[in-house]
Amino acid sequence: MNSNTENKFLTMTASPHIKSPIKTRNIMADVVIALMPALVWAIYVFGFRALTITAISVVSCVAFEYLYRKLMKKSNTISDLSAVVTGILLAYSLPVSTPLWIPIIGSFFAIVIVKQLYGGIGKNIINPALAARVFLFVAYPTELTAFTEPGKYLSPFAVNVSKAASDITAGATPLVDLKNGIIPDADITSTLIGNIPGTIGEVSATILILTGIYLMIRKVITWHIPVTYIATVALITLVLPLGNAGGVSFMLLQLFSGGLMLGAFFMATDYVTSPATSVGRIIYGVGCGLITVFIRYFGGYPEGVSFAILIMNLFVWYLDKATKPKAFGGAKK
Amino acid sequence: MSENKFSVKKHFFSSLFDQNPILVQLLGTCPTLAVSTTVVNGIGMGLSATAVLVLSNLLISLLRKFIPKQVRIAAYIVIISGFVTAVELLIKAFLPSLDKSLGLFIPLIVVNCIILARAEAFASKNGPVVSMIDGLFMGVGFTFALGILGLIREVLGSGSVLGYTIPGFKPILFFALPAGAFLTLGCLIAAVNYILALSKNKKGGSK
Repeated sequence: MNSNTENKFLTMTASPHIKSPIKTRNIMADVVIALMPALVWAIYVFGFRALTITAISVVSCVAFEYLYRKLMKKSNTISDLSAVVTGILLAYSLPVSTPLWIPIIGSFFAIVIVKQLYGGIGKNIINPALAARVFLFVAYPTELTAFTEPGKYLSPFAVNVSKAASDITAGATPLVDLKNGIIPDADITSTLIGNIPGTIGEVSATILILTGIYLMIRKVITWHIPVTYIATVALITLVLPLGNAGGVSFMLLQLFSGGLMLGAFFMATDYVTSPATSVGRIIYGVGCGLITVFIRYFGGYPEGVSFAILIMNLFVWYLDKATKPKAFGGAKK
Repeated sequence: MSENKFSVKKHFFSSLFDQNPILVQLLGTCPTLAVSTTVVNGIGMGLSATAVLVLSNLLISLLRKFIPKQVRIAAYIVIISGFVTAVELLIKAFLPSLDKSLGLFIPLIVVNCIILARAEAFASKNGPVVSMIDGLFMGVGFTFALGILGLIREVLGSGSVLGYTIPGFKPILFFALPAGAFLTLGCLIAAVNYILALSKNKKGGSK
């Protein structure tokens, strides 16, 4: 039950009577705070268009959530801030040259089809922001693979950025080179700090790690999923590199380019669509890592993070069931 | 649906809506998902299946007293495949472009579950005239669902209606792909169920 649907007159429950102060809203607020530094970095690298896209995405997510709940005569859930988080994550997975109407379509897909049609927060089986990203990626492949060189600012308010603009480099993220087994030109330092082409939120790898650690300290997320996810990718790319590129630099570039950090810290750890037990989380993280590397190595797309997390989302129910801890004093099987 | 109380009008609406072969009974989803990329494909597929459905229902109904119970399914399939071959050759001869876009899915009408289901559930128990009417209505229901699905997917996925491009609309490629077919069909089924539940509640019937 949602906290805001509780009936205040019917609180005659059995003990314990002390209620946890942790509410969905507090958790989501922490996630929003943790996501802000990456936005500041995105504005520095890509210009204020990054802010425009994020704002449009957040506003339309909240608006669709409000309208749907209103039209269906259900309790309003926009105050739990989960739609805000979805909006930010959706915008973070779009390139900065995206036409301004695309985040609105993505928000509709995320909120109405993926989240609300399944019953709203807590009942969706896959992560709304990721599902919307994949939907947009399949629906508008050209728009979503046009990446901008860092430092070349696009107009913040132009609805469409013209394709001919010389400052858009189509699909030249380091991952494309890595897929072909070549070490790209981008040096590791600029990849680490995020001075590379990519989507709005994924480039700033260092900032995402630091904010992810902040979330762990605040106990919003546990270490299991991010650590096992990133470690799995690191191990495979170190031991089994692609082509002749090999070595530590190949591994580091695999880790820090693309959406791995954003996915591992902020998307795979979504409460609703990740396992509830520690063992389940470890299996889930390893699974995400394996699928990500497999798609990056053998798949049709250079990036596999979003597909990997969505596929593992579908296993969460089984993982929870398989790793359910025995009740204290319960009978041995 | 007993023989002596066969109401044509009631049967027509039930096969269009609350007994719609695709949207309610979920039969024949394979051709539905595969060929519903455009309105023309959807309706072409629907009409070919309707022709087979009417004729096979008629013949099976006429032969229902002679077909031994033990081999009835095999007998039905032989009859159906005969008509499918005829329809396939006719389409190849007169509508080569439709044949090209539907391709393999015309011969696959043989294993379309709607046709076998109507043969088993209706034609084998009823007289030839009502069986033909049943085949026609079920076929219309199938064509109706395919046409709507094709329309939605053509507008969203290719940005056109009946081949005419809608100006100023950027097609969402997703809906022209198989994943879009599943999503559209799912939403359509949900919408039909919702409307049917509403109309049942209004009539005061059971939920």
